[in-house]
Amino acid sequence: MSRAAASPPLVPPAKQEHDATLFGMGIFLASEFLLFGGLFTILVFYRIVHGHEVVEASKELHLWIGALNTVVLLTSSLAAALAAKSAKDGDQRLTQRLLLAAAALGAVFLVIKAGEYSLEYGDGMLPVPGGGGQLVEPLSRLFMNIYLVATGLHAVHLTIGIGLFVFTAFRIWHRSIRLPQDQLSIVVPTLYWHLVDIVWIFLYPALYLQR
Amino acid sequence: MSALSKTSEDGSIIGLEHEPAGETRHERESYLRAGHTLRSWLLTTDHKRIALLYLVSVTFFFFIGGLAAAIMRVDLLTPEADLLTNEGYNRAFTLHGVIMVWFFLIPSIPNVFGNFLIPLMIGARDLAFPRLNLLSWYIYWLGGLFTLWVLVSGGVDTGWTFYTPLSSMFAQGNVVMAATAVFIVGFSSILTGLNFIVTIHTMRAPGMHWGRLPLFVWSHYATSVILVLATPVLTVTLALIAAERLFGLGIFDPALGGDPLLYQHLFWFYSHPAVYIMVLPGLAVVSELVAAAARKPVFGYWFVAYSSIAIAAIGFLVWAHHMFVSGMSMYAGAVFSFLSLVVAVPSGIKVYNWTATLWKGHISLDPPFLFAMGFIGLFVVGGLTGLILAMLAVDVHVHDTYFVVAHFHYIMVGGTVSAYFGALHFWWPKMTGRLYPVFWGRVTAVMIFVGFNLTFFPQFILGFLGMPRRYHVYDQQFQVLHVLSSTGATILGFAYLFPLIYLLYALRHGTPASANPWDVTGLEWTVPSPPPKHNFERIPLVTRKPYDYEVEKEEQS
Amino acid sequence: MPGLRALLPVYVALLALLATTLGASYLPLGGWSPVVSTAVALAKAALIAGFFMELRLEGAALRLAVFAGLFMCAILLVMSSVDPLTR
Repeated sequence: MSRAAASPPLVPPAKQEHDATLFGMGIFLASEFLLFGGLFTILVFYRIVHGHEVVEASKELHLWIGALNTVVLLTSSLAAALAAKSAKDGDQRLTQRLLLAAAALGAVFLVIKAGEYSLEYGDGMLPVPGGGGQLVEPLSRLFMNIYLVATGLHAVHLTIGIGLFVFTAFRIWHRSIRLPQDQLSIVVPTLYWHLVDIVWIFLYPALYLQR
Repeated sequence: MSALSKTSEDGSIIGLEHEPAGETRHERESYLRAGHTLRSWLLTTDHKRIALLYLVSVTFFFFIGGLAAAIMRVDLLTPEADLLTNEGYNRAFTLHGVIMVWFFLIPSIPNVFGNFLIPLMIGARDLAFPRLNLLSWYIYWLGGLFTLWVLVSGGVDTGWTFYTPLSSMFAQGNVVMAATAVFIVGFSSILTGLNFIVTIHTMRAPGMHWGRLPLFVWSHYATSVILVLATPVLTVTLALIAAERLFGLGIFDPALGGDPLLYQHLFWFYSHPAVYIMVLPGLAVVSELVAAAARKPVFGYWFVAYSSIAIAAIGFLVWAHHMFVSGMSMYAGAVFSFLSLVVAVPSGIKVYNWTATLWKGHISLDPPFLFAMGFIGLFVVGGLTGLILAMLAVDVHVHDTYFVVAHFHYIMVGGTVSAYFGALHFWWPKMTGRLYPVFWGRVTAVMIFVGFNLTFFPQFILGFLGMPRRYHVYDQQFQVLHVLSSTGATILGFAYLFPLIYLLYALRHGTPASANPWDVTGLEWTVPSPPPKHNFERIPLVTRKPYDYEVEKEEQS
Repeated sequence: MPGLRALLPVYVALLALLATTLGASYLPLGGWSPVVSTAVALAKAALIAGFFMELRLEGAALRLAVFAGLFMCAILLVMSSVDPLTR
């Protein structure tokens, strides 16, 4: 190893920073997969051990509400992807609007989800104090426990995503983000948003469509 | 040719006592003097300063965890329960485990030496995300404060494994708070791992391609991959325990048809790879020390580099060997037993290659290298007893006995802690700019080796004779071995205190170190000791392999 | 709107896949039901990763990171199924 004549860096720093940020985000996404991976493992494990009961419990969920929410979330992801594209094109106004549209769709998802929880609460199917009266079968209570934890954790992630998008849109308005130079500040939150969407894509069949 | 004769050229002989030396020019220009206020330390984004913050922090937790162990060893001197109550003993070993695993062993080498050295070794000015690095230290301390709170609010009694349904339904202690502490410190691990991976990928100096990376960096890369991919599973699992205790959302609750074995699968999916998080950095340090001790290139560079990656990869596939007697399916037991034997292969490759590196080398017996030799011996014993435990049939006999306790202490303490002290003695002159008294370093290294063996070798015998772990009331016949073990622990305890004294003494009164006091290779030794704030005045151009020692001709024949 | 022309077909495909998985849940597929719904979910995730996240255009390192995450999830799911499947 040597300290021979120093040369200018071969990689321009801007490119290096771009790669480092995106790569770091990729690793973060990978570790988020594993976070939800633990929950999917639980679902798969109980599906293997208690197949029949899990299927019966899954049939109790409102699969059409879940489907509607999937559509909402897929649409929000489309808006987020378009926001990233327009950020790369340098259209600040359009980027800002698309981000807010995606955030609004995320909020719609949360409202629908809350409505679904209250329906389940009314039916005595939600394992919270005063809400689990109909969950007499132990395994259906177990399943609803997992359902509540998994959808709850997903909702927390989505809420963080909404906050990120609103904040980013504010920064565009505030001119602390300039496009297309600062496009990474848009791309990184949209990557997170897509992750939250992908998690839902797997959660939906794993919870609602066990047959 | 020893390090001593080389360093004498620039007048700084290791170990020779001088009058207290004044501040040198390099020290004035170093990262240590780049700001004196508390604020300049607590808000620093310099990887070297953050490494020192971590050094102080993990040392603090090391002594708290060590204190818990000391109390246990005193209690175990007699077969009766005389010092601690049953409940108190449960709390002591749980706290010892939680603190040592998550607040010392996992962050120790990566966050202190990895942080300090990776940028220096690859020719970068800092890590890829310096602010994230500082955030990781604050998260570590947030978790640490929760742990201290658990400590003063009465402790936790589940064992460091938090097994359900004990932890979720029956434990009396402060389980939620302890789980929160570990939950939080996990994010610190993930951020560090993420930072290291991105740094190693994107920040290497020109010419520093993968084949020129020091093996220290390779092992830290493997460690970081585990940190990033395994820790989230623990995070979610601990969150589920908290949900079960706080909100009654039972997911492992047997009364609902839940399966406690599922908890164990999830826990060990993290916690077995976590063993490699703890030991791979130790392997990283020893690879450096062995090459420096022998003054030869590491034998089979690519084998050692890829064995780190192999350990990380296979380490993910062996977790259920912790569950052989849990009632898991016997076919799963057979699969995991086989895979556990496989993971010994890359570890064996490393030991073989270190030995081959030392062969016919000019072996220096300065303190860091004594620690490295001690590491190799203890790691071999720990590794071979690991093979014994990996065999399904033998494990049924010695499961949950002191045999297991001795085995993993040989890896974690004999291995990782020896490597940690080796690293401390090797890079201390680089980090602080001062040399320490070599004599006391050698004394400490020998005392740690002797004290360690005296503490833990009797535990192999205890376990083989059937003494279960986590009991403090035991049969009369075990007392002799327990007294031996406690005697060893006393020696070990003093040996751990010594460096605290002479290293701190050296900080003020030590001889200033030259840039390369051991006369070894590596980019970190090309910059002054202590390094300047931005490491390299000009980014170096790397043209040669690592460990590029001149092997003398007459020795070759 | 830039990109809409390219992304709209992907969006339509995602909705079609959602309809597929919903429809399949009404069919008596027996043990094949989880296989079908997992395959559909993987296809949807691949569309989002490839076209919305544009992973197909970014560097190999980023793809490697995301792939490593998915691969390790698969390891976790498969290896932890060995025990319940063979009890």
